[in-house]
Amino acid sequence: MFARMHAPAPLPVEPTRKVSIMAEEAAAQGPRPVVSYLKLPDGGDPYLEGQKCGGCGAIFLGERGTCSSCGASDRLEPTRLSNQGELYVYSIVHRSFPGIEVPYVSAIVDLDGGGTVKGNLIDVEPEPEKIRMGMPVEVVYKVAPRKDAEGNEYMTYYFKPRS
Amino acid sequence: MSDVYIAGIDMLKFGRFPEKSVPDLGAEAALLALKDAGLTIQDMEALYCGNLVQAGAMVGQRILQQIGQTGIPVTNSANACATGATAFRGGWMSIKAGVYDAVLIVGVEQLGKAGLLGGGGGGGGIPKEGLLGSQLMPAVFAEAGMEHTRKYGTTFEQFAQISVKNHEHSTKNPKSMYQKETPLEMVMNAEMIAYPNTKLMCSVNVDGAAAAVLVSEKKAREIGMGRAVKVSASVLTSDPFTERDLVMPDINTCTRQAAAKAYEMAGLGAEDLDLVELHDCFATAEVLHYENLGLCGDGEAGKLIDERQTWHGGRIPVNVSGGLLSKGHPLGATGVANMYEISTHLRGEAGARQVEGAKVGMTHVIGLGSACGVHILEKTA
Repeated sequence: MFARMHAPAPLPVEPTRKVSIMAEEAAAQGPRPVVSYLKLPDGGDPYLEGQKCGGCGAIFLGERGTCSSCGASDRLEPTRLSNQGELYVYSIVHRSFPGIEVPYVSAIVDLDGGGTVKGNLIDVEPEPEKIRMGMPVEVVYKVAPRKDAEGNEYMTYYFKPRS
Repeated sequence: MSDVYIAGIDMLKFGRFPEKSVPDLGAEAALLALKDAGLTIQDMEALYCGNLVQAGAMVGQRILQQIGQTGIPVTNSANACATGATAFRGGWMSIKAGVYDAVLIVGVEQLGKAGLLGGGGGGGGIPKEGLLGSQLMPAVFAEAGMEHTRKYGTTFEQFAQISVKNHEHSTKNPKSMYQKETPLEMVMNAEMIAYPNTKLMCSVNVDGAAAAVLVSEKKAREIGMGRAVKVSASVLTSDPFTERDLVMPDINTCTRQAAAKAYEMAGLGAEDLDLVELHDCFATAEVLHYENLGLCGDGEAGKLIDERQTWHGGRIPVNVSGGLLSKGHPLGATGVANMYEISTHLRGEAGARQVEGAKVGMTHVIGLGSACGVHILEKTA
């Protein structure tokens, strides 16, 4: 994690080729998942998928062959994670790389039934007094405000307070 | 197995040296450590070199190309912010194993004004920074600190006091990057980087190098034990599986495991320590490590700060060098530089910042990803 320490180039916020055949094709296909553990089933609602170890019950994000908790191989099965959970901890980020809008709330959320996920907490003022650790949140899915160099859209997830 | 001693150790004043290369800095520190030991490169049987940013660039060999190509084996290591401690431990193991009687350790880094570290993302698609939270170091360590707030109610002000202390300590360390006091209001009102870490609560990216000569007991007796410092424990751990570790790096468990092993190896406890140099990469981190290293009980770190127990002159001074927050944090050099600090106190040579009567000290570093190195050093004479 720390090895990739060089600041990357400013983010390509705008697609480099705004109109192209590739972009039109991409639009026809719909948005792609921002990460491999965000699933977009045909005709169904998006959801986050964990990999649960049949040996020890540990839950991971992203596919893998072996459990790093107990070492069991080939016992990991996909499991649909809950869209509800609670805010574990957060930080309010005021300085980031060029091109990234600040401030934003970086949040760690424990999902009901297991699984911990990191993401942006939205629909809350970025002030410590307005954010309570332990508060209930829900996972919501939206098209990301960034496109890749080919103009493809991405579906991402956010957390928002749940009343 | 032979005990292992530090026969010579030194560091460059941390700063920014754009006109010099990484091997230039490493060679300079190596020569200082050799001089301190009263030995030469011809006496060294191996070199263990730690550098992170140029991990693939044979830094150790390039240092020897400047100070003496004697043909000795060189091991270059990279282990995030535990890089220097990892190189040191490589040398320590080689003497423990009876392979060598004298080895050279160099930790060196050139960061310049590197800016924000981390957050590389990767994995294709669109950049995730600021979309799926933050992987930048200030935020990652802020979140680690907020876990302490969640459990024990630790305040922004208490975190900020860490920075006040370490900057105050650094005013007496001529080898610190900065030697300037930063009152509480200045720390709290500095630019917010990632709440609760303001700019003055983030370590300083600098260039630097530190080096040590390690010897066996036999060699130490041969050259004289006068200023020798005993390495009573050398421990390295990686992050064991914990529930959230892969999403929220757990810097606590690997530190606790390293500390427990170090105390056992040295036959000592936290109550025996006279001073500690720990990994204050961010002010929030220092608070966690008070408890992780057993300097106080769980949930008591806030009290330790309020009672100024870790200030110079307090019950257990922490980071009297100024720490990473003021002395600076040249990643690969940091783990050897904190051994220099402890050794200097154990030798009674720390001048204005001397911790009086210091006999035992601990060093701690943690590299996110994660690697934790803990060493216990003891005065010999």
